[in-house]
Amino acid sequence: MSEHGADCAIEMRGISKSFGSVVANERVDLEVRDGEIHALLGENGAGKSTLMNMLAGIYRPDTGTIRIRGEEVHFATPADSIKRGIGMIHQHFKLVEVMTATDNIALGMRAQKPASGARSSAGADTDATTAGAGAGAGDAPAATADDNAGLTGPFLNRAKLAERIRAVSDRYGLDIDPNKKIYEMSVGEKQTLEIMKVLMRGARILIMDEPTAVLTPQEIKRLFAIVRSMRDDGCAVVIITHKLNEVMEVSDRVTVLRRGVSVGTVETRGVALPTLIEMVVGRSVDLSIQRPSYTPPPDAPETSEPLLRLDAVSVTDKDKKAALDGVSFDLAAGEILGVAGVAGSGQKELCEVIAGLTRASGGRIFFEGDNILGKTPRDIMRLGIRIGFIPEDRLGMGLVASMDLVENLMLKDYRKYAGPLLRRAPSVEKAERIVERLDILTPSIHTPVSQLSGGNIQKVLLGREIDSDPRVLITAYPVRGLDIGASYRIYDLLNEQKMAGVGIVFIGEDLDVLLELCDRIVVLCGGAVTGIVDARRVGKEELGFLMTGGQTEGTGRDAA
Amino acid sequence: MSALSSLTSRLPFALVKRPTMSTRAQVLARIAAVVLSIVFASLVLLLFSLNPIQVFATIIKGSLGTKMRIQQTVVKAIPLTITSLGILVAFKMKFWNIGGEGQIVMGALGATVVALHFPETLPAPVMLVSMAAAAMICGGIWALIPAAFKARYGTNETIFTLMMNYLAIKFVTYLQYGPWRDPNSAGFPKIPPYPDNAVLPRLFGVHIGWVIALVLVAAVWLFLNHTKKGFEISVVGESLPTARYAGMNISRVILVAMAVSGGLCGLVGMIQTSAIEKTLTYGIGGGYGFTAIITAWLSRLNAIVVLFVCIAFAMLLQGAAFLQLQLQVPASVAEIVQGAILFFVLGSEFFLNYRIGRRRAAAAGGDGIGTNAEVDA
Repeated sequence: MSEHGADCAIEMRGISKSFGSVVANERVDLEVRDGEIHALLGENGAGKSTLMNMLAGIYRPDTGTIRIRGEEVHFATPADSIKRGIGMIHQHFKLVEVMTATDNIALGMRAQKPASGARSSAGADTDATTAGAGAGAGDAPAATADDNAGLTGPFLNRAKLAERIRAVSDRYGLDIDPNKKIYEMSVGEKQTLEIMKVLMRGARILIMDEPTAVLTPQEIKRLFAIVRSMRDDGCAVVIITHKLNEVMEVSDRVTVLRRGVSVGTVETRGVALPTLIEMVVGRSVDLSIQRPSYTPPPDAPETSEPLLRLDAVSVTDKDKKAALDGVSFDLAAGEILGVAGVAGSGQKELCEVIAGLTRASGGRIFFEGDNILGKTPRDIMRLGIRIGFIPEDRLGMGLVASMDLVENLMLKDYRKYAGPLLRRAPSVEKAERIVERLDILTPSIHTPVSQLSGGNIQKVLLGREIDSDPRVLITAYPVRGLDIGASYRIYDLLNEQKMAGVGIVFIGEDLDVLLELCDRIVVLCGGAVTGIVDARRVGKEELGFLMTGGQTEGTGRDAA
Repeated sequence: MSALSSLTSRLPFALVKRPTMSTRAQVLARIAAVVLSIVFASLVLLLFSLNPIQVFATIIKGSLGTKMRIQQTVVKAIPLTITSLGILVAFKMKFWNIGGEGQIVMGALGATVVALHFPETLPAPVMLVSMAAAAMICGGIWALIPAAFKARYGTNETIFTLMMNYLAIKFVTYLQYGPWRDPNSAGFPKIPPYPDNAVLPRLFGVHIGWVIALVLVAAVWLFLNHTKKGFEISVVGESLPTARYAGMNISRVILVAMAVSGGLCGLVGMIQTSAIEKTLTYGIGGGYGFTAIITAWLSRLNAIVVLFVCIAFAMLLQGAAFLQLQLQVPASVAEIVQGAILFFVLGSEFFLNYRIGRRRAAAAGGDGIGTNAEVDA
């Protein structure tokens, strides 16, 4: 373990990092070899991204050493890390929307220009040689200083750049249209471009932070193919993930982090799924999601009206494009209705139009027979209609990051009490109750929510919405960014609500979860419904097909 | 860490975002900033071959040395405190009200209309309350105009409120030189003086504006922290989408907050005309509308803290006036000190969020600030 072999692309030893009083990493060890796909697995808040950000030069470790191909390094800035042939692809892409793929690649290269200059000027420094050495070892298309010469002058040598792009494309099977503008690209294409950018800078060590989060199943397959070809070419690839099935599918070895500590590294082939889960969670977990059936209480009034009905609802976005295009579906009490679709297919608009936050350009939304379309959230509250909404970006909408739990719980019901004064006492009580009931980890109920972990922030929001006793609950990616344990807790809570007769709209991204948790699934593509299917009788492939625009017929179609 | 030992002298620096500091560390950082600003101001004074210790001692003596000087300091602290409270309410909503000066002037105008047109036989309390009400309404309206445009059309309030200052001041200048000019003032461009029933009474040697200021400090603190409207103002300031999500009527919140903000500034106009000038002049704002931006900001938008910051600033103003008499030093020395405090304290805010990370020699390329690279990474 301790020898610094040449096959060891990355060797991190005893890395610790804390932010204030929060320990993100504690004496973490990680070893990644050339020519392997290494999964970094762990729940959210386990310290995966922090660890990799130190490798990318964004943070600096408090203690510990990092060796790249046996050589100890100290990164002060991302530029240092790039110089060592490390490329990180973040969850949020950093591309200039109005420019073409080629331009964006060129920008990435030009940013490197001062770096290569520095390398030659600091030529005596021993550090400088390693990146070159590493590249040589792998017979890489990596950019040497010479290669870059034509691209880093004051003028852009497009022909040379195009040639290089083509070479990298062919080598790894990256499919990019060099003249396409970024805003015309799908998420998958943007990601491919990010990979291209990193490769063009000569990276031989790739770090990908949750790369599959925004991709369709088909795009994920393509990504994995690219990643495999990079491995076969001798690159070291680290994939940060919390999805077990991806680890099993693509990785050669996996290192598990738990609460900032490395639990261990294992060969993927030799490990059983339950063992891996136990490493991640710290205990064995039953990974099946319940799908209880709701039976209305016998004294419930017979009604022919569904709880919520959307009738040809359309929303036009600010570019005058149809964000939602004639969407119709019903939601029954005690039903979890999943919504599947590639990111940006109209999920956000769907949620917001029901909650009264987005103006519709047409259609009707019936709540128990009354049209509520065009009403503001305040109107809806005044009518006594209790719609809970858990938005996608919790700190951007739904919660106030700088306020504490009590104030955030007040947001929804501070108007309930008469008079001009704000009553905190009921919310203090509620905060204590919700913290207790949902096991929210917080120093106190007077801590700003921005200081909580993603899972706990989500619990505060969900706790508040459930506490208001909703009839309809709209949840947009409620487990996004949550760890396995927290996700299952959320599923349980949603099922609890379902059994209490709440109608739930569940916008999801993990098809496995949608298929297991939901009763029916609405598939959106480009703002239009391409199918409403019975989750018990449909497969992943069919969902993927619908997500990319194919219409379904027959079997799973639900006319209700 | 071995990296530290290998640091050499020729180091460019990189800015690194730092995690949230503890409250104690934050307080210490601010104290350090104030100390640094005094050190810096001392250096400037030395440059003018003045003894800083003597200068600071004179400022303190000049502001607190005798009963009379203390009273003068209080007289300056009153308008500054109330204006700061007004600014603070707007800033809490992240509505950058730079129009305090104009709102003071318009408030003074409202108070003057009442003072000069209501009968002189009216009991003083009735007169004064009517003047205060008129002042708050006028100041409020002056603030509501940019607020309404912001709420309706999303205009930029900073520019708008700034411009409203000049409109107000020029309008009063016109009145003072034109239609309202006092024919009995021997040719001076003056508006007639207030009748006696329009002058604020005194308590303990200072006009009762100080009582009003203290009451308002408590009231604004209560308003922002313990009323529904105050809560809405904070939420709108922090996150518009969340305010919408919670069913708040955002336009209404903006209008209410600005009416309060402008109303408080307007009241300052009434106090200054009634107690100090005893008439309306175009210079009635006295720059308080601008200084209050500094004091509101330094108080971290806390109504209680505002009081103490304003007292400190009033001491500085009063002390500087004394300094001018005593040492023949220009009063602008005080402005240098003020500027230095602002520079260092606001500068410290930056360092509460970022630290300067040293960079290793190996990495010392010509590539500017570290964040450049970060953007691209």
